[in-house]
Formats: sequence, C-alpha cells, structure tokens
Amino acid sequence: MITCRQLTKKYGSKAAVDAVDLTLEPGHVYAMMGPNGSGKTTWMKMAAGLVRSTGGEILYNGKPIGVESRRHVAYMSTEPYFYNWMTARDVGKYYQDFFDDFSMEKYEKLLQRMDLDIAAKVRTLSSGMMAKLKIAVTMARDAKVYMLDEPFNGIDLLARDEIRTCILEEAAADKVMVLSSHLVEEMETIADWAVFLKNGRLVEMRDLEQMRSTDHVSMADRYREIYGHTEG
Amino acid sequence: MNYDPMKPIWLQVATRLKRQIATGTLAPGAKLPGGRELAAQYGINPNTAARIYQELEREGVCATSRGLGTFVTEDERAVQSLRREMAHDALEQFLEELSGLGMTVGDAIDLIKREESNNDHMQTTDEEVRQ
Repeated sequence: MITCRQLTKKYGSKAAVDAVDLTLEPGHVYAMMGPNGSGKTTWMKMAAGLVRSTGGEILYNGKPIGVESRRHVAYMSTEPYFYNWMTARDVGKYYQDFFDDFSMEKYEKLLQRMDLDIAAKVRTLSSGMMAKLKIAVTMARDAKVYMLDEPFNGIDLLARDEIRTCILEEAAADKVMVLSSHLVEEMETIADWAVFLKNGRLVEMRDLEQMRSTDHVSMADRYREIYGHTEG
Repeated sequence: MNYDPMKPIWLQVATRLKRQIATGTLAPGAKLPGGRELAAQYGINPNTAARIYQELEREGVCATSRGLGTFVTEDERAVQSLRREMAHDALEQFLEELSGLGMTVGDAIDLIKREESNNDHMQTTDEEVRQ
C-alpha cells in the first residue's frame, strides 16, 4: 500500500531520511522505532504528503503521494494544532471541513468512550486529555492509512490504555497503521512489525512475533542492540 | 495482563485461555470474544489475536462456526486431556526446579509424601484443638 524506494529527505547537506526502501502492507500495525532524530517524523510527514522528498520516491497504491493519497492518509503530528479557544466540538467541525471521510458521529463516540467532554475547551485540557482528543479526531476519519506520531508520549497510564484500545479497535485488514514512539514497551504488544530507523537509514524491519519465537528477544532488546553502545 | 516481551505474545494469551478452559472458568461451549474484541481486551495486535484462535482450534480446545464465532469445545475428553497436559507442564517445571537444587525424582517423591503427611497431621491437630 505504501512503498518507498531510496526515499531521501535532505535539509541542506544533512539527510533526515536517507535512501530508505520500505513497503507497508494493509492489515498490519507498524512500530516506527528509533531515538529522536532517527527520521521517524520526517518519514511520516513525507508519507502524509506534508513534506517533499529530495530523492527517491514514495508511492501510495503505486502512485506518487499527493492530493489523491492525502484523502486516504490520516496523520497525527506531535505538534499541538488546535486553537485554545476551540471546544472539542469545534475541533471536530474543523476536521469535518477539511476531510470528506471525517465522521462526526464516530468522533462523538470516540470522545465519549475516552471520557472527554465535547463541550470542553482545548485550553482546559490536561496533556493526557489533549492526547486523547488528537487520537479521537484522527481516528474519526475513515482513512486507509493512519499514522500516529508519538501517541503515548507524556501521558498517564490510564490514558495510554484508552488510546491503545482505540488504536486496536480501528486496526483492520484493509488498513495500515503506523505508530512512532520511543516508548518501546508501550508498542511491544500492539504492533506486529517493527521498523528500526537510525540516523535516517533503515536498519531493518522485523516481524515481532517471529523475532520472539526464533531469537527469543523482545523489541526492547533489539532496540538496545541497535541503538545502545554507539553514538546517536 | 502482564506480558513477557521475550516470548511470543500469542503463546502467552493462548496459555492463559487454556488455563481458563482447564479450570472451568471458561465452560465447555462458552462463546469467546471475536478476534478484534480479544485484541482490544488483551491490548494485543489483531493478527496476534487471530493466531491465538488458530492455535486453540488446531489443538481442538476451541471451534469456530462461520458467522457465529469461536466457542470452547464441548468435548469433555478434550478438556480433560488439556488438564492433563497442563498438569504435566507444571510437573515438569517443578522437577526442573528441584533438579536445579540437586534433587532427584526419588527425593521429590519423598518430599511430596512428607508434605502430604505433614498436612494430614496438621489437619488432625486442628481437629483435636477444636475438640
């Protein structure tokens, strides 16, 4: 569904993403792993069509990422992107104007399930509530690809549980889910594949259950092997 | 549920479900949650959840009827053999532990007998005290 070949993004002489070959198939939850600066966010932004590559190509169903693909890709960035004066309902309306596949009904259901008041002002939300709001508004789209950048960052255990359930309920055979996080433990059980990026390069892509059966290592172990003991 | 991330997740959840079937917490013929529901309930990937039912079916402790869902087997013999299998696993683990402490199977049997007679003795003294 998403294929990239030698995908590269350079800022000046520095490559944020460096000659990455990768294919993501529907029906899977991919964990994009790597410390800060490894290229996770830049890769996601290219897949979302928000950042242009400077080399190689990235395709959605065989066609270059662009206006058409953007309709099928739901992306949640790490930056807060709502105005403080907005209520949760306003956030939904804002999304409804932007995206044809946004369902207000689904959004309300998700808010309710995550115990968020639709009348609450963005300004009054705690970081955990804000994280849940971002997830709800992203998942309320009927997209084919969901990319969530750091969905578990900086929030408490209970909010993490709720977000995890929400993600798992939306994962389906015809959808691609990409989650980035440096909270490795949080991703162990929900992802079935891990993509390890280091300094913008793809180190490897692993089937996690297979890795556990054959190598008896967890994603955290592999993470340590790849990123530990060496500089950045 | 707490997972050991070094062991296959499907195996850990399948073991938990098998234990529930063996102990009767999940009764013969009981309906199990759908794959997606199981995934959400256990916080696991949906493909992992599907794998769990595949394995349980292969082992004959569950059966899936198209359109109806997955059910615990009603075959009492299958549940019994599951119980034996789990008892065997527990025994093996126990013997391995004792062997690590330098004990033989004979020592283990002595130990069990002594433990049993101790318990019996304690029960009798309890009764004597009550009288």
